[in-house]
Parts: sequence; C-alpha cells; structure tokens
Amino acid sequence: MSTIARTWALVVKDARSELRTRYAMNALVMFVITSVATILFAMREDQASPELLAGMYWVVVFFSSMSGLSRIFVSEEEKGTALALQLIASPKVVYVGKLLFNCGLTLLLTLAVTVLYLIVFPGFVVASFDIFAVTWLLGSLGLASAATIIAAIIARANTRGTLYPVLSFPVLIPLLMTVMRSTIRALAGESFENAFGEFQVLFSYLLVMTGGSYLLFEHVWKD
Amino acid sequence: MRIVKVLSIILITFVLIAGIAIPLAPAPQGLFEFPIIPGLEDKARNIFYHVPIAWTTVLAFLVSMWYGYRYLRTRSIDDDLKSVSSAGLGFMLCILATVTGSLWAKFNWGSFWNWDPRETSIFVLLLIYGAYFALRSALASDEARARLSAVYAIIAGLTVPFFIFVLPRMVAGLHPGAKGDVDGSGPVLEFKMAPNMRVVFFSSLIGFTLFYIWLLTLRIRAARLEHHVADQHS
Repeated sequence: MSTIARTWALVVKDARSELRTRYAMNALVMFVITSVATILFAMREDQASPELLAGMYWVVVFFSSMSGLSRIFVSEEEKGTALALQLIASPKVVYVGKLLFNCGLTLLLTLAVTVLYLIVFPGFVVASFDIFAVTWLLGSLGLASAATIIAAIIARANTRGTLYPVLSFPVLIPLLMTVMRSTIRALAGESFENAFGEFQVLFSYLLVMTGGSYLLFEHVWKD
Repeated sequence: MRIVKVLSIILITFVLIAGIAIPLAPAPQGLFEFPIIPGLEDKARNIFYHVPIAWTTVLAFLVSMWYGYRYLRTRSIDDDLKSVSSAGLGFMLCILATVTGSLWAKFNWGSFWNWDPRETSIFVLLLIYGAYFALRSALASDEARARLSAVYAIIAGLTVPFFIFVLPRMVAGLHPGAKGDVDGSGPVLEFKMAPNMRVVFFSSLIGFTLFYIWLLTLRIRAARLEHHVADQHS
C-alpha cells in the first residue's frame, strides 16, 4: 500500500469506529448545546454586542473541542490498540491520518456552532461572508493541528481530562486572539483586505504547528 | 564556576546599590546623577531589575527547550534533568518578572494588569510553565515524563515568535515598542539611555544571567544526586 492509501485507510478506520460509537461526536454536540444554553441563561433578555458574540463563539469552540478532540489518541490507549497501530503504520502515517480526522471533526464542530449561533443570537449576523469563511477554515485547521499533537502527548498521562485544556490553552492563545479579531471584522462587515493581517498570522500558525508536530510526533508516539 | 558565583554577587550588589542610591537630577552632571525622565522619575529605576529578570526568564525557557531537544536526540536522562532544572528556575524568575512588572504598571499606568501584549506574553509563559509541570507530575515513568515534556516544551516554544514579533504589532500596548509607539514599533528598540544608566543596566543584565547560570548548575547537581538516590532505592 502506498503512504497515501495507508493514511486514508487510517482515516476511514477512525471514521468508522467513530460512527459506530459516536463517542466524540456526542460529547461535542452536547457540549456545544450546554455551553450555548448557559450563555443564553446568563444573558437573559440582553442583546450582546457583536464583539462579545465573536469572542463567545470561540470560547464555545475552544471548550467543546477540548471535550472531544483528545478521543482520537485516548481511545487507542483505552482500547489497547496503540501498540498494534505502532506495529502496522509508520509514525508519520499515523500523525497525518489522525490530523485529517481531527480536522474534519473540528470543521464540523465549528460549522455546527456557527449554525446554532445564527439561530439563537439575533446579533450574530455574518456581514462579510468571505472573511468569516476564511477564518472558519484557517481557525478550525489551526485548532485541530495544535489539539492533535497535545492529544497525543496527554494520551499517556493519567489525568487526561483536566490536563488537555491546561496544556492546549497556552499553545492556542495566538490562534484564539487572532480568530476573535477577524471574526469581529466579519461581523462588522469590513472588506476582505482588512483581514489579511489576521489571515497571515493564522496561516503561519497552521504551518508552524503542523510542521513542528509532524517532526516531533515520532518522539511522542514511539516508546 | 567560582568566578560565575563571585561575579554575579558583585554585579548584583553593585546594581542594587547604584540603581537605588544614585540621585536623579534635571541636568545630570558626571557619573553620579541619573537624568529625570518625565513621567517615570524614580520609577525608572525598576528598569534595572524588571527587564533583566524578564530577559533571564526567556533565557531559562530557551535553555529548557534546548535541553529538551537534546534529550530527544540523545535520550540521556541527564539532559532531562538539565531541562527541568532550567524550567524550575524560569518559573521562579517568571513570577518575579510578573510581580515587578505588575507593580510598575500600577504606579505608572494606573492598574496592576492591562492586558498589554507583553503582559499577555508573560501570562502565557506562566501558563506554559504551569502546564509543563502539571504534565510532568501526571506521567509515571521517568522516560515518558522526559520525552513528552520535552516535546511539549518545544511545541509551546513554537508559539513564542507570535508573542514576540506578531502580537505587539497587532494590538496597541503600553510597553515601549508596541503598535503606535512614537519611536517605532517592533521588538528591537533604539536604545536611549544615559551612559551611566546603561552601565548599571548592562551590569544587571550580566549579573542576573550569571546568577541564573550559578543557580542552574546548583540545581542540576542537586537533581543528579536526587536521581542517583532514587535509582539506588528502586
């Protein structure tokens, strides 16, 4: 099998196992619903400003992803299949496969949060669709990239649940600050060129994180 | 090592005395008067302590990262001991830099914390150190602890350029070199300090760096002994 075929087989295997148990998806969906409901309870009748909503959007995305994205490695440890995977596939294949799966999951997650936000918050109106689309894409991929390597690191530790957001947050701060800024631009209806600075940061973050993880993954994965 | 110890004590003592005792004057004459900087006055003296400590904090993190990287290549536990010793010192220095900076901010900018880009950066560095030690305490075997914490230190280190080069240009800040600063924005500042202040400042920079090296060697020795003792008991 070629490397691409192997990687794809791994993605398909993870997708199939996810569709059977729906563990990560259920966790993500329920987390999104509960956190958005909590925000609604806290705001009551108040109309939040677009700036606040843009920030809260990524708060929900961050904490939801912290509840589901670690599954990809933690499940291998729990089911005791990590060793088999180490024997079958090379670390690079495992990394890329897991990253692709998490990217897909994160894109779905942010899409779901967006739809929910559009429904429940009248103040959340995407005025610049192009800025929002690029932010959605680059933000989700960057988030998935950092979340994947941290998930691989914490899969071996014994207090994974709490450790995951603790380790991810400092690494994700540059991304979160930037996506919040460009989401504000998207809601304010600014022209596409205004957000180029943010896009550059998001793109370089994605490259640096993915490149670094790709090179370091071998050390995390192999004993 | 003796020379490092002696030199750091001499330099820091000199900085403590000179930095506090030399009086300010509107038109400074000779070596024993500092110029008055409008808006800063006596508070300017903090630059002799706050900036070198912040610099040593970053140095300690980079050293920790470097030995983490070395560990991944050599897989010798000694490199991990060096890495964690430096991280421990860096954490302490990071707290000191945050406190000295926060106090300075209170008296110069009006509040202890303003989320200026540099304040955000030091906050993130505190979080990284915290997360690094949380990760270490959650891993049982020496080998996994060394390996995974080294990887985490490097991954966290990858975000450092964003804080040093990108963030200060995007967000308006209060520190020199921030966006909107009259002297131009960017991490490299034109150095405008009176010559005698410069002597004290660089003495402090060298003094704190040597102090860090001295403490680091002490900590590495202690960590080696601890590791040795733990090995004999197991």
